[in-house]
Amino acid sequence: MDQSTPGDQQSAGPGLALPSNLLKIVGVFASLALTFIGLTAITFIIGRVMPADPVLAIVGDRASQEVYDQVFLQLGLDKPIYIQYFKYLGQLAEGDLGTSIMTAQPVADDILRFFPATLELATVATLLGIFVGIPMGVVAAVHKGRWPDHIVRVIGLIGYSAPIFWLGMVALLVFYARLDWVAGPGRLDVYYDGIVEPKTGVLMIDAAMSGEWEIFRNAFSHLVLPASILGTFALAYIARMTRSFMLDQLSQEYILTARVKGMPERNVIWGHAFRNVLVQLITIIGLTYASLLEGSVLTETVFSWPGIGQYITNSLFNNDMNAVLGGTIVVGICFVGINLLSDLLYRLVDPRVR
Amino acid sequence: MTRAPEAPLLSVEDLHVTYDTPTGLVRAVRGVSFELGREKLGIVGESGSGKSQTGRAILGLTAPGGQVSARRLDFEGTDLLTANHRTMRRIRGAGISMIMQDPKYSLNPVMTVGAQIEEAFRIHSKASKQEARLRTLEMLRTVKIREPERVYKAYPHEVSGGMGQRIMIAMMMIPEPDIIIADEPTSALDVTVQLQVLAVLDDMISERGMGLIFISHDLNLIASFCDRILIMYGGKVMEECTAADLGQAKHPYTRGLLNCLPSLEGGHDELPVLQRDPSWLTSPGVPE
Amino acid sequence: MLAEITLRNWLLAEIPQSKSQARCQRVYISWLAFRRNPVAVIGLLIIASLVAVAALAPWITASDGLELHLSERLQAPGSEHWFGTDELGRDIFDRIIWGSRITLYIVALVSIIVVPIGLLVGTVAGYIGGWVDTVLMRLTDIFLAFPRLILAMALVAALGPGLENAVLAIALTTWSPFARIARAEALTIRNSEFILAAQVQGVSTAGILLRHVTPLCLSSVIVRLTLDMAGIILTAAGLGFLGLGAQPPTPEWGAMISLGRQYLIDQWWVPTVPGIAILVVSLGFNLLGDGLRDVFDPKSGG
Repeated sequence: MDQSTPGDQQSAGPGLALPSNLLKIVGVFASLALTFIGLTAITFIIGRVMPADPVLAIVGDRASQEVYDQVFLQLGLDKPIYIQYFKYLGQLAEGDLGTSIMTAQPVADDILRFFPATLELATVATLLGIFVGIPMGVVAAVHKGRWPDHIVRVIGLIGYSAPIFWLGMVALLVFYARLDWVAGPGRLDVYYDGIVEPKTGVLMIDAAMSGEWEIFRNAFSHLVLPASILGTFALAYIARMTRSFMLDQLSQEYILTARVKGMPERNVIWGHAFRNVLVQLITIIGLTYASLLEGSVLTETVFSWPGIGQYITNSLFNNDMNAVLGGTIVVGICFVGINLLSDLLYRLVDPRVR
Repeated sequence: MTRAPEAPLLSVEDLHVTYDTPTGLVRAVRGVSFELGREKLGIVGESGSGKSQTGRAILGLTAPGGQVSARRLDFEGTDLLTANHRTMRRIRGAGISMIMQDPKYSLNPVMTVGAQIEEAFRIHSKASKQEARLRTLEMLRTVKIREPERVYKAYPHEVSGGMGQRIMIAMMMIPEPDIIIADEPTSALDVTVQLQVLAVLDDMISERGMGLIFISHDLNLIASFCDRILIMYGGKVMEECTAADLGQAKHPYTRGLLNCLPSLEGGHDELPVLQRDPSWLTSPGVPE
Repeated sequence: MLAEITLRNWLLAEIPQSKSQARCQRVYISWLAFRRNPVAVIGLLIIASLVAVAALAPWITASDGLELHLSERLQAPGSEHWFGTDELGRDIFDRIIWGSRITLYIVALVSIIVVPIGLLVGTVAGYIGGWVDTVLMRLTDIFLAFPRLILAMALVAALGPGLENAVLAIALTTWSPFARIARAEALTIRNSEFILAAQVQGVSTAGILLRHVTPLCLSSVIVRLTLDMAGIILTAAGLGFLGLGAQPPTPEWGAMISLGRQYLIDQWWVPTVPGIAILVVSLGFNLLGDGLRDVFDPKSGG
């Protein structure tokens, strides 16, 4: 029997796709460039256009007239705005974020020193969110309407209705002050300070590499609470989205097909439904990680964690405009970068998009 | 109730499927009885007549919230009502299988076609991966797919509707069930493709001596494809007859359906509209 | 009794006799659906309580929450001070009640700024399409790409601390999703026949947008607003905690937590109680938003 009806022809294979793939990549980069321009435009406006005296904001009120004039010329304030903006972009391209009033160091250097601490916190918290939140979401979806579902929903609700800094404080009160289960604020007990050589900037890795196990344990004890607090936030969001996605998939026809084939229910849930959810979860995890970078601002304040959040906050109180804007841009870039990465990953993993 | 030609594979007596909804009880299936041997049985009815629910109830896959009860629900000697999970899982796929309407939705979008078919095979046999792969390719050839190697590696969204249904058939036939339930298998396909898919189905059923329950709303299709016909309305069986005797159907609902069918020979100015009699929902149907 | 029965009949009549009756009917039917969800009703009650408490503040409180009573500082919760007193002797219960007004002020102000802007940008982009759409959406995306709290901090750095500046900063970082929603709805409606009819009748673009497109986008935007409201309150509290929002002695809940932080260990109620207030209000908006979404857009969420 001849099978050559037009409806049965298969779609063109990957060989023909090159020009359209190239176009897509160009499109992505163009989009990225535009977002970057937008980002920098906003920080430019905030830093140079909004303040009454942008030079004062950068040099502080204790600077000498010489420094003032120098910075004035540097910013190009005597020239039209678009030239100022281009100068600004140029500086950014070179990685020059200006000098901080507080530390008198280049802002870029300061940020590099503080960033790993935030990365450490955000990464551990995200991992917590993934490995606890995802199973929670799946369990809630599978047992919809019964008590596991209700418990997960309540935890989720509290997770993103509670102010994170308050949650951190209550946790400190309970687990540190009253129960003494974990160490208190800060990254390390004071007398351990400076012993471990900062190779990666991530204390636990550095301590492990140097074999300083006591310090490792201490660092871990300090990390547990803030990471758990941030992690609860991540967990709540991830569990909720996982539940929603799973419910959606479990009502699809192909799940019935799997059951008709005689598959054990466990395989139906994890091998079929969950595999479809995984693809969507990539985007969610990306969003979570990005938002944790931001959420750490408040958590770092509560736990005196020396990360970029604390850096921006302190700069704010010291009216250190360069530092604040520098931090904002770096976080903004990370935000955009993470979203881009998760988008790319999604396209790679989902066969329907390929 | 007409008797099946030989010892029946499936016996259904007084099947009820009831759903408890916020707006009250919904009786989807109300006292359906029939027997199925190695033959092609068609179940015809409009939407909401309970035909799909009957199929799902047989497999024990009624949606949550639905209560299934029957005086008898037997498959090859096993009582499907009291069977435990493991027994049901063994029967599903290897004993009774089901083909659904639209392969766009009934195939897993993130697994390759080959993987899905292999899975159906390996659930019910202890074969190696190699053997499973060979059997899958062989099955794809049996359903008349021309390039089995390429389709094996393809994803469901990359194949057409007709091919998707044949893949469905391959997947559901590979564990060699005795009964196959086809729930509107051609309703989502173009007319030209429908005949191809039905031909493939027909060949396999005859060759293996299987029983078929063909569920559809298309009376013509069932009359030409099946041996016996069950007419359902409102969750009950209105009439049961052989395909050959359809023209002599007695129940007013069946006669009404027959009258509504347009005929190529002409003779109608206007197609009659089926007048529904509420007593059909309560009366016992055509006695045998 | 007789009047009640006829009211209900009027609301459930098959064929409404007037436009206002049809509108009342729609509201009533939505209310019936909403009422079936007990959790959502709890959310509504919480928010209603918030409004009631804020309105009745002068009658519920003993003081204005601003007076100092240094002799009574840091007292534990008891019969005279239900939530205890803070470091300056002020009654915490009273401050929480007065703080509810600030919370409502923030909610109202942000909504008034964000909804019109979002609707305007979204409907124009969706309806007119073309390069206008592209430009507006790029603008929306840029704001969406920014981390909310950090951008708000940067803005406050430039403008100076204060409640209004904080509100402005929050509004600037929150309007984007509403524009997207309005645009999506406008795109769907754009080719409808009643729009075509209006165009044929000679209604101007502005008229169409205002009287036809916007009302249809309104329900989705409101649902989203309610869902986002908790986040807005939390961001405002965060800014308050960092000292960037309302300035002392204003009893803003976030600021209260910040000021009470040093007393966490021994006088735990000082920073803890305002946090509970924030939690409850935030929870209320989340529950209400979930309930509204289930009524108006049951497909999403599950």
